Amino acid sequence: MFNTILPYLLAGISVGGQYALIAVGYTLVYGILRLINFAHGDIFTAAGFFMVYLAASLPVGLSIPLVILLTVALGFTVERVAYKPLRTAPRMSIMISAIGVSYLLQNLMWYLTGGLAKQYPGLPGLSGTVQIGPATTKIVTIATPFLTIALVVALVMLINHTKVGMAMRAVSVDFETAQLMGIKINSVISVTFVIGSAMAAIGSMLYFTNYTAVTPTIGAMPGLKAFVAAVFGGIGSIPGAMIGALIIGISENLIKAAGWTAFSDAFTFALLIVVLLFRPTGLFGEKTTDKV
Amino acid sequence: MKKNLRLILSLVAVAVLFFLAWLVEKTEGTQSMAVTVLQKGAVYALIAVSMNLLNGFTGLFSLGQAGFMLVGAYTYAVLTIPMAKRAAVYQYYDGGWVQFTIGFLPALLAAGAVAAVFAALIGLPVLRLKGDYLAIATLGFAEIIRAIVQWDGIGPLTNGSNLLKTYPTLKNIMPGNTVLFTFLVVGLCIGLILLLINSTYGRAFKAIRDDETAAEAMGINLFHHKQMAFVISSFFAGIGGALLAMYQGSLQANSFKSSMTYEILLIVVIGGLGSVSGSVLASFLFIAASEWWLRFLDSEMLIGDFQVPLLAPGFRMVVFSVVIMVVVLFFRKGIMGDRELWELGSRRGAKEGRKKA
Repeated sequence: MFNTILPYLLAGISVGGQYALIAVGYTLVYGILRLINFAHGDIFTAAGFFMVYLAASLPVGLSIPLVILLTVALGFTVERVAYKPLRTAPRMSIMISAIGVSYLLQNLMWYLTGGLAKQYPGLPGLSGTVQIGPATTKIVTIATPFLTIALVVALVMLINHTKVGMAMRAVSVDFETAQLMGIKINSVISVTFVIGSAMAAIGSMLYFTNYTAVTPTIGAMPGLKAFVAAVFGGIGSIPGAMIGALIIGISENLIKAAGWTAFSDAFTFALLIVVLLFRPTGLFGEKTTDKV
Repeated sequence: MKKNLRLILSLVAVAVLFFLAWLVEKTEGTQSMAVTVLQKGAVYALIAVSMNLLNGFTGLFSLGQAGFMLVGAYTYAVLTIPMAKRAAVYQYYDGGWVQFTIGFLPALLAAGAVAAVFAALIGLPVLRLKGDYLAIATLGFAEIIRAIVQWDGIGPLTNGSNLLKTYPTLKNIMPGNTVLFTFLVVGLCIGLILLLINSTYGRAFKAIRDDETAAEAMGINLFHHKQMAFVISSFFAGIGGALLAMYQGSLQANSFKSSMTYEILLIVVIGGLGSVSGSVLASFLFIAASEWWLRFLDSEMLIGDFQVPLLAPGFRMVVFSVVIMVVVLFFRKGIMGDRELWELGSRRGAKEGRKKA
């Protein structure tokens, strides 16, 4: 029994860690802008394609930092071009803009790549296999949870103990007051997108080492799941996003183990709806009240 | 008196448009690009208007439209596949569970009704949510519907992830009059939606959109009205889905992804949130541009010896999405804002438009 479940459990923890890295981007952005960044999943996909093309001509050691850099640049540009001009617009407009960006990125990637699935290059140290008890798995499966936890701890430290982090917290509590206190909200928001995109880039390296075919729309589903993870953990809370992502990753794979593969995606959304109905603030979210 | 005159003029204009559309099919033939655009544009117009009823008129940001279209399309197809062909279509499921066939008109109604029932059930929990949580929950439900339809367990009903085909399509129901038929169905549905919007219910919807708290204070039952808007919108989305199935000729759940909802939402935004005529115009523009006018961007072109750069498969959609982003960023009100085509000349409409701006 345990032997048959073990590979699924390992896969679940691993994919959960990868969702967590994407979820960080959602939860940070939502915490500050109250925006579901629908384009985040596509930025994750773009990171996958950056690696495909860079690794074809450059050594991997050089490609990895370049991929992170390019993804960060993309995330930053999207924010500046598509979200910043709408700062004072109704929130619905920004969300529509995010959906538009997602549509644009998907079409652009389709055009540039010809729409065919690209093979993700093997990354040294991650693509090798390892034997755990009865299960054989890629090293990335084992490495992901540790890397995720390390990154999340670092991020929490950044937010709690640095000046930028303090500014981010201030902006997320009260946008306008923070502005009046002399915080440059535009740079704070940019920092948020930079961090989120960098995490998505790292997440994409881990994710695509496992699932090696990159297609223009592949990021949509992991993106939505990561958003659910962020809501589940309590939007705005980074440890919450990680725990939510791990729970989703594990449950999804256990459902697959039970032979209900068709419902593994549906489960995530069912969970979202249950959480929203009974505990809209998520596991670790702060309670907010609507003011008239 | 003046109101009546405008109504009559509008009806005459609609009749003339229908006649022109009919003429296009008669002169260009059913296979022509113009006819394809008219068919698909009309179907999208209905779906866009149904989405606008929720997002633009009631202020409920719902992203579940593709799910309800899927329900409608499947209901229609499952009920109308001829008995003789069921064994072939449901070859993996022993001919399926449904062992009867109904006509295409009752099936269209059934498509709307089943979608409406789904909406009523989904609405009960979901409509208590607000803003972007509502958006993401409806998106989630649409995905769940898609997963369940493809599930092997109800394969005898939905044919699992296999194609549904051989049901009556536009071409074999109304040979030579496909456009007129589509226009009549869509026109009737949009007419009903317009009547609803101009009724007391419609005014209540708009009140909820503008200020929920104030609307509630004025005695509008929020949940009741939201549920009503949601169910009616889904009813028409279901009919739209069925028409889309008739247009396509075969059906697979996998094409009703969230990207389809996004596409429709973008049409609504281009037309103007809160404008029925805007949604209709935008649908035809959107379909004509993506299916026809921008086609040339997808193939290589030589001018003399000069090869025009960038042109390659997929470039059309890139240009297209850039245009959409420009509209979203710089022309946030879309083509029509929240006004209607027939209000353009009138003073009341103009004044309202200025006040909003």
